Amino acid sequence: MKPSKFRYTAPSMVAEALDFLNEYGSDAKILAGGQSLVPMLNLRLARPKILVDINRVEELSFIRVEGDTLVIGALTRHAELEKSEIVKQNCPLLSEAAALIGSRAVRTRGTIGGSLAHCDPAAELPCVLHALGAEALVVSKQGERTISMDEFFITYFTTALRPDELIREIRVPVFTKRMGHAITEVWRRYGDFALVNVAAWIKTDSDEKVVGAGIALGGVGGSPHKAKAADLLVGKRPDEKAIKETAEAVADEISPESDNIASSDYRRHLAKVLTRRALTLAAARIRG
Amino acid sequence: MVDTGACYESKRIRVTVNGVTYERDVDVRLLLSDFIRQELGLTGTHVGCEEGVCGACSVILDGKLVRSCLMFAVQADGCQITTVEGIAQGPDNLHPIQEALIENHGVQCGFCTPGVVVSMYSFLKENPEPSEEEIREALAGNICRCTGYAGIVRAVKSASRKAR
Ligand SMILES: Cc1cc2nc3c(=O)[nH]c(=O)nc-3n(C[C@H](O)[C@H](O)[C@H](O)COP(=O)(O)OP(=O)(O)OC[C@H]3O[C@@H](n4cnc5c(N)ncnc54)[C@H](O)[C@@H]3O)c2cc1C
Ligand code: FES
Ligand code: FES
Repeated sequence: MKPSKFRYTAPSMVAEALDFLNEYGSDAKILAGGQSLVPMLNLRLARPKILVDINRVEELSFIRVEGDTLVIGALTRHAELEKSEIVKQNCPLLSEAAALIGSRAVRTRGTIGGSLAHCDPAAELPCVLHALGAEALVVSKQGERTISMDEFFITYFTTALRPDELIREIRVPVFTKRMGHAITEVWRRYGDFALVNVAAWIKTDSDEKVVGAGIALGGVGGSPHKAKAADLLVGKRPDEKAIKETAEAVADEISPESDNIASSDYRRHLAKVLTRRALTLAAARIRG
Repeated sequence: MVDTGACYESKRIRVTVNGVTYERDVDVRLLLSDFIRQELGLTGTHVGCEEGVCGACSVILDGKLVRSCLMFAVQADGCQITTVEGIAQGPDNLHPIQEALIENHGVQCGFCTPGVVVSMYSFLKENPEPSEEEIREALAGNICRCTGYAGIVRAVKSASRKAR
């Protein structure tokens, strides 16, 4: 038996899951897709006493549009995000990002809620959700609260979630007219976590001037970095010069750490190149 | 159905593997991969990394490709599973993917092969006429230390034609 001893429960309703989380606190761990947690259990890097398997909680699995918000249940699988027509139409950046996660078998099981809660610094979905200004709706026995992505990420594998809280849904502003988007990344091998990834969107007015832009980077620190330099584009046409200046300013904002895969300088270089590529593609994709 | 509200250390489960239904008491910590190999004796499902990277343990669960090392047996209660043993009709009647792997030298030590067969079987069902790039992307979830992949890619290509 690889993992250390735990007890297991598989509730079918959120309220039941919350009862367990409330009772056992940090001794309990939610099991969603298991694509990050089970490796940690197998290596005994995580040793929860109780595993609360939410795979049978059907009310956590949905994708719908409410007004100008795309609402995604926490148990929505990466493969569902990748293929859903609703997501493709209302937030194409999210479906493109989902297709870049791991391999097919990982996408079958992995979930958006798990990816956010796990908070791997190079994960695609946290980066995209940060760029888009999404919110997580989290629930506990004490009630519910909404956490913006600005507050959600703390550092490596650490978020603002309390041990008794469960992410119920993720709320993303839907795409509007005259928006373009892109996600770019560099990896050593297809399916690996990226060294650096960049998610970006641009919105223009009828004069083709930028009225809003969002850029977030993964793999350049403990959690996804939302670039302030995105504001430099506002009021300008997203041409080669404006994009180049923005990309340079983005690279100046970050101070990535060196590790055994890439040096700090190399990551900063990738951040600049990938931001330029993402903005160029996003600008080219803007449609009326 | 799992009875909710309860919290347990072991549980009786019922799974159908390659058309045969089994009932067993399992420790909740038992991985699906170890259940298939040790409890059911179906040793075609290989175990390489146990962290989801190598693909050797791939099986099809309710029609979808999964890593059996990243699930617990208890989670498969009530499910239908296909392992590599369930893909050929018999030892003399291999599946076109298996035939093509032999013809195209897609097998050397064979450690990765069951995972490759199961993954490509599931992939070709979803995408019966893949491009070479799509095949390579789909194969990225299966690590082979021997063949250098060229033979495997050729095999999948030829099996996709045969399957048509
Ligand atoms: C080989 C391999 C390659 C991978 N490559 C990539 C990649 O390229 N990019 C990428 O982004 N990811 C990658 N992943 C990780 C994958 O995306 C995971 O699916 C994801 O990180 C975790 O989601 P999960 O549903 O599997 O969560 P789990 O593993 O079940 O849980 C992860 C953590 O989140 C908590 N949690 C889960 N759901 C909730 C919830 N609703 N509320 C509160 N807490 C919750 C759990 O308690 C646990 O702490 C890879 C994984 C593998 C095995
Ligand atoms: S043993 Fe499951 S992916 Fe390697
Ligand atoms: S044939 Fe040896 S690992 Fe693939």
